[in-house]
Amino acid sequence: MTAISVTVDGVKYDDDVEPRTLLVHHLRERLGKVGTVVGCDTSNCGACTVLLDGHGVKSCSVLAVQADGKVVTTVEGLLPTGENGGLHPVQKAFHETHALQCGFCTPGMMMAACDLLNENPDPDEREIREGLEGNLCRCTGYQNIVRAVEAAAADLREQRGAGSKTEVSS
Amino acid sequence: MTVTSDRPAEVGMARLRKEDERLITGRTLWTDNITIRGMVHLAILRSPMAHARITGIDTSAAAALPGVIAAFSGRDLADEQGALPCAWPVTDDIVTPDHPALAVDEVRFAGEAVAVVAARDQATALDALEAIDVDYEPLPVVLDMEAALADGSPLVHESKGTNKSYTWIFDSAEAGTGGSIDDAIAEAEVHLSRRYVQQRLIPAFMEPRSVVVEPTGGSFTMWSATQIPHILKLMLALTTGIPEHKLRVVAPDVGGGFGGKLQVTPEEVIALLVAKRTNKPVKYTESRSESLQAAHHGRDQIQQLDLTARRDGTVTGFGVKLLANMGAYLGLVTPGIPILGAFMFNAIYKFPAYRFDCTGVFTTTAWTDAYRGAGRPEATYAVERMMDELAAELGMDPMEVRRKNWITHEEFPFTTVAGLTYDSGNYEAATDQAMSTFGYDELRREQAERRDRGDPVQLGIGVSTYTEMCGLAPSRVLGALKYAAGGWEHADVRMLASGKVEVVTGTSPHGQGHDTAWSQIVADQLGVPFEDVEILHGDTRTSVKGMDTYGSRSLSVGGAATVMACQRVVEKAKKVAAHMLECSEDDVEFVAGTFKVKGSPGSEKTIQDIALATFAAHDLPEGFEASLDASATFDPENFSYPHGTHLCAVEVDTETGMTSIRSYVAVDDVGHVINPMIVDGQVHGGIAQGIAQALYEDAIYDAEGNLVTGTFVDYTPPTAADLPAFTTSRTETPATTNPLGVKGVGEAGTIASTPAVVNAIVDAVRPMGVTDVAMPCSPERVWRAIQQAKDGAR
Repeated sequence: MTAISVTVDGVKYDDDVEPRTLLVHHLRERLGKVGTVVGCDTSNCGACTVLLDGHGVKSCSVLAVQADGKVVTTVEGLLPTGENGGLHPVQKAFHETHALQCGFCTPGMMMAACDLLNENPDPDEREIREGLEGNLCRCTGYQNIVRAVEAAAADLREQRGAGSKTEVSS
Repeated sequence: MTVTSDRPAEVGMARLRKEDERLITGRTLWTDNITIRGMVHLAILRSPMAHARITGIDTSAAAALPGVIAAFSGRDLADEQGALPCAWPVTDDIVTPDHPALAVDEVRFAGEAVAVVAARDQATALDALEAIDVDYEPLPVVLDMEAALADGSPLVHESKGTNKSYTWIFDSAEAGTGGSIDDAIAEAEVHLSRRYVQQRLIPAFMEPRSVVVEPTGGSFTMWSATQIPHILKLMLALTTGIPEHKLRVVAPDVGGGFGGKLQVTPEEVIALLVAKRTNKPVKYTESRSESLQAAHHGRDQIQQLDLTARRDGTVTGFGVKLLANMGAYLGLVTPGIPILGAFMFNAIYKFPAYRFDCTGVFTTTAWTDAYRGAGRPEATYAVERMMDELAAELGMDPMEVRRKNWITHEEFPFTTVAGLTYDSGNYEAATDQAMSTFGYDELRREQAERRDRGDPVQLGIGVSTYTEMCGLAPSRVLGALKYAAGGWEHADVRMLASGKVEVVTGTSPHGQGHDTAWSQIVADQLGVPFEDVEILHGDTRTSVKGMDTYGSRSLSVGGAATVMACQRVVEKAKKVAAHMLECSEDDVEFVAGTFKVKGSPGSEKTIQDIALATFAAHDLPEGFEASLDASATFDPENFSYPHGTHLCAVEVDTETGMTSIRSYVAVDDVGHVINPMIVDGQVHGGIAQGIAQALYEDAIYDAEGNLVTGTFVDYTPPTAADLPAFTTSRTETPATTNPLGVKGVGEAGTIASTPAVVNAIVDAVRPMGVTDVAMPCSPERVWRAIQQAKDGAR
């Protein structure tokens, strides 16, 4: 067992974990953060994507011990902006453009979208499609997901332009 | 209380989904998110061989490991596990082998379950699998359907003496619906024979299958990632002998299905039996590799086709000789899947003669069953490819050949050569709209220019005009086809004391947005706000009766039942309204949630007033039961028949074989639309899955019967970067067979898109001599087809 200290969605957790424990299993099974889901065992589907110190990672490809001392943001910790019923611009855009059907890929897809928009605040359609290449969706055909990311990007740019300090995530 | 008469109609509005909030905030109840105190975790040992006799199996070392609660082999559970059900034995003499959840003496596909471990956590259970000792005596594999039918082939089920499961034939001359294909061939001016292969596909829903079982005092509650909680409950009772009334099945949030969760799975039976044996709550969640290997697959057919026509393009006959791969066992509806296609090989056309002859074949592979469209994509692919081949043979435009043969708008209702009566349709309108949006004539001109100048990147244009049979189904038809159950659907509508409404549907969604669509329907029917309606489903304790969600049946059958139940609530409420307003029932009219006395403005009661008065029951009409609840069961008289025209333009690099989709236009007619946003979403997803068959996906076994596409790395479902943007629109020709006029949309895109894409690829390279490319049309396959055509020309 190894002692680790990880801040997840704004709360600091100190735990002893087996060295082999994957971050996604630590989040789900130890911390009860079941908003992050497991969709495959080869890191292809991206359903388990979270932000680690602000950068998108597939949490099935990170050991819990590697997250020691770091900050993890899951779908449950997306910063509310205070407007839009407390939804983050990316969540709001996914809802308003019907970018989800069954919703299983959605947490990972939204976290990947956050990562993409952190790196490129004004992506075109091709950049969005390539930026989300690591996340699989079987329901939507991706079209409305692309629209959602475009809408979220515009929303975030507008907020930044208005001088708001809104970040994509903590 | 508020009256809603100034609200616009909900039906037809692009209402944002009620379902989304929990899905976008991570508060979703996936089965794998469920934890019960004292729960143990299961891991399943799977066969590494495609065919072998189990000569010895010892689970004792695994059972003795720290943290392990129990370990069972198939032999340990043999007395209790029964045989997994096949509910669609399509013929009287079908060969139906026993299908144990845990293999007992023999394994027949790689990935078949042979033992199970229950442990304190999943990692411990997985570790313990290593300690199970199994002795396998290898047996010969048989993977190819034609080889399986040859004399002397190894047998998948030795005791059955054959690898043939059944033969099912429809002949229009014998049925009296048309002429003889033999005569058509004898008299044909044009006779085309082609062989097409529908490769094996894997549904690949994003949420892996998961099941939790809680035993309580002889009863069992099962949460499962299933499309079919009601059917599952009955089938589990029949399989395991646990009485039906001691079982409750819950489908919580379910992460996609596409037919892949239309199954009674070995894993569900195993979890139930382990919970029974250990008297502990259990959870099993599969890995993606297990899912790809051992959840059922789809398609996998060889089609031998004959099309006859006159030189003016009029088709005179269509013949189908089909081999359908069952895999090693028959799943819930495995034999019926190709039979669904039997009715669709004539598609939207007036073919005068038709014969369909299907043989189901056993092989040592995972079993096949429903996958999005189930039988109908396979049929549509065959006929739409053949129509293009006919056009090429005659030097006609593919659109012209279709127009020459399709059923015209004036001819509906139309009884086809396959014996179905299409109630409504307008193929001209959908096709004209699609061609105009697509810019058909301009693209043909560009294609000619590129051909003339020998551009290495050629343009191809592919069309698919399709119909499908949705709304499964009239119970009497299912009975005639030997399906074990009916096709009705049930709904309960409950007006609560406060005027809010609870609606129970027997359908069970997994991404289709039922909560939203049903709320829209009920809001209009009862004249209550959209927000005041709650939709309940997917729990056999609250949703007592139902036939679940598959085959695009939910809205056209379940939605129709909901409308009927709402109308009964209004009839009841009208009696109370007349009593309160002191007038005859005949003088009361119901408008947008308010009962009004005709000719007496101001004399009115809202439906919420009636709900409260009914609850209080202080002064109700003589003999009136104090309830504003009503139920209805709808059994449709006929299927519904969505149709449409999809057009695809591809650019094929003739030097590399690489295909890229330049534009894709879909015009679908799904009848009346409840929520256009949801319909568009379903069409997008459907098109993506159909393109995946055309270009990317293929479940491949090696010579030993190992699935080599056993991960997403190898199976390659398309990503956002692989797919284009789609242009979708609609025509609306209402169905006449249900009170909503809806037809169903879930499968349309998948059915239409595969032939549209492949027709486009072949169209691009046809001048080079290519007449077919096998699916998936990878760059290598396209390139080889071009090289072979060149070699043939030399």
